[in-house]
Amino acid sequence: MSLRKQGMTRRQLLSQSAVFGASFAIGSGFVAGRVEAANWALEVEYLSSETMATLIQMARDIYPHDQVSDAYYAIAVKGYDTAEAAEAIEANIAALDAAAKGIGYARYIDVGWERDRVDLLRAMENSPFFQQVRGGLVTGLYNQKAVWPIFGYEGESFSQGGYIDRGFDDINWL
Amino acid sequence: MTAPFDLNDDSVVVIIGTGAGGGVLANELAQKGISVVSLEAGGRYLPEDYINDEWDSFGQLAWTDPRSTSGDWRVAKDFSGLPAWIVKAVGGTTTHWAGASLRFQDHEWKAKSTYGDVQGANLLDWPIDPREMDDYYTKAETKLGVTRTGGRAGLPGNNNYKVFEAGAKALGYKEVHTGRMAINSAEYDGRMACQQTGFCFQGCKWGAKWSSAYTDIPKGEATGHLEVRERCHVMRIEHDKKGRVNGVVYVDAKGKQHEQKARIVCVAGNSIESPRLLLNSASSMFPDGLANSSGQVGRNYMRHMTGSVYGVFDQPVRMWRGTTMAGIIQDEARHDPSRGFVGGYEMETLSLGLPFMAAFLDPGGWGREFTTALDHYENMAGMWLVGEDMPQETNRITLNHDIKDQHGLPVANVHFDDHPNDIAMRSHAYKQGIAVYEAVGATRVFPTPPYPSTHNMGTNRMSEKASDGVVNKHGQSHDIANLFVSDGSQFTTGAAENPTLTIVALAIRQADYIASEMGKKTL
Repeated sequence: MSLRKQGMTRRQLLSQSAVFGASFAIGSGFVAGRVEAANWALEVEYLSSETMATLIQMARDIYPHDQVSDAYYAIAVKGYDTAEAAEAIEANIAALDAAAKGIGYARYIDVGWERDRVDLLRAMENSPFFQQVRGGLVTGLYNQKAVWPIFGYEGESFSQGGYIDRGFDDINWL
Repeated sequence: MTAPFDLNDDSVVVIIGTGAGGGVLANELAQKGISVVSLEAGGRYLPEDYINDEWDSFGQLAWTDPRSTSGDWRVAKDFSGLPAWIVKAVGGTTTHWAGASLRFQDHEWKAKSTYGDVQGANLLDWPIDPREMDDYYTKAETKLGVTRTGGRAGLPGNNNYKVFEAGAKALGYKEVHTGRMAINSAEYDGRMACQQTGFCFQGCKWGAKWSSAYTDIPKGEATGHLEVRERCHVMRIEHDKKGRVNGVVYVDAKGKQHEQKARIVCVAGNSIESPRLLLNSASSMFPDGLANSSGQVGRNYMRHMTGSVYGVFDQPVRMWRGTTMAGIIQDEARHDPSRGFVGGYEMETLSLGLPFMAAFLDPGGWGREFTTALDHYENMAGMWLVGEDMPQETNRITLNHDIKDQHGLPVANVHFDDHPNDIAMRSHAYKQGIAVYEAVGATRVFPTPPYPSTHNMGTNRMSEKASDGVVNKHGQSHDIANLFVSDGSQFTTGAAENPTLTIVALAIRQADYIASEMGKKTL
């Protein structure tokens, strides 16, 4: 299981995969970014690629940051792709898809508007599954060092001597 | 006698815990030539070991042994297994503290006399005259190198402070400055000045912030009179047939149990572990736990009225740069019942990194309401609100026999219900904190709920009468003359100020008392 840089083009992806919202389930056992810029792929071993794609969409709907690519959400949830977790995750995603059917869509990932997907999530937000995914994302997403610069957060500064000479008091708009 | 000491050496003072209370007491006694064995449950980490990464540091330093929670406080819902964010390491929570070093206001030593009867509150006056503390506060400030005391300069204000100060001044607040901090504004006591690095909560890698881990502990050890045994968790305190304590049983890093004999035992394991240890030391002679004839062991748990306010602005602040607690507004610290509550509160800048902001801004929150806040993390300023909370008998540490720790001991349950006075004060503090940021153009504000407790107080409280509390004015237990409490659990009431300076001052004072009594052979 690994997140791999992929050189696939959009055409290649489209040729081998069905469209799953922001992410693709490509072939068997892979989920990949939809656009050329998002050149990443996640290999899944225990979950179906459709389930992983849905999980990634769910993660984005819980903590939506439009400037953060799917790759980081994929990293945040890839830990569910284990022999122990897979069965429960498949069942819970199946239940999420069933809820989507209730509002006229084939699957959760086919629900086009975020607000409609969020309504489905609100209806299950006290469930252990939702809380497990949400709670896992708090560290799984926001503790990725690669995500920090997207939010402007600079992380440790000790290695650069702190901010004593690097702008600890450089605010200029007050 | 010089360290190391034999397990059967019954002339030693055993101190349990090495933080602001235990660590200082150990050094103060060692400096007087008194033999001390300090037992510390955690490992030894020094500045070169500290990790400037919030979760990694939490994993390194935090006390994460199991605990349980109950009561209506929001922490019980958001962090049910983590009632307190305190440290398990040599130096205790002085590795983690932000460094704010404030003296109590005179009236706060006399809360019952000043505030009168407050329904549901178990208020009591400290059995200490504020004037008795003046010299000890000065000694504590000198030890810690507190800025803006003793001629020491204040720290420079960072971006987070500048926003806070501008808002405060716009509101007409007068007592606004960069704090009285145990963080060096210039080299002091062989430690360098603050480099404005941030990560004060994760242990200061420069050693610019005072921590007993690299000051009092090594100074005490250098005398030859102090032996620190790390990764040694005390399971119970033993006593003789006369009811005097005479040793402690502890388990070492390898899981092996030992008994260290003792002339005096001082408990300084923080306000959760200290009462837990006294309760876990119950015997046929003391079936309710040691020093508990009053029934007050574990009761009157205080954690300060807290909350935070974060403000988002239309331009960058970068609050994480520099000192975490970079300034203070003290105008609301006064006792002024016209505000609808007794006691007062301090407003102190605070910043969290992105990972902790995600965890603590609105625990359990999700969706765009939550994520749009983090989207503007770079434009955020933050402050912490900390004020006096009411002691309540029912807010207490009890043993939870359904959950055992890794040593098979019942864990502590921390029960806390907010008192109406706490709620009224928090509402006021949120309103004022929001006003500070709106005065400088905040476009959005967040009244953020309390974090797991960092200030833990009152569970072995000091009282004039033995029926009202656990220890006397010297921290000596009313029931057992050679058993002392040396940490924040001896606080009678909590005052509005961050507790560390007072814990240190009381430890210096207690060392004088213990040495004097030992000299008189009364101990």
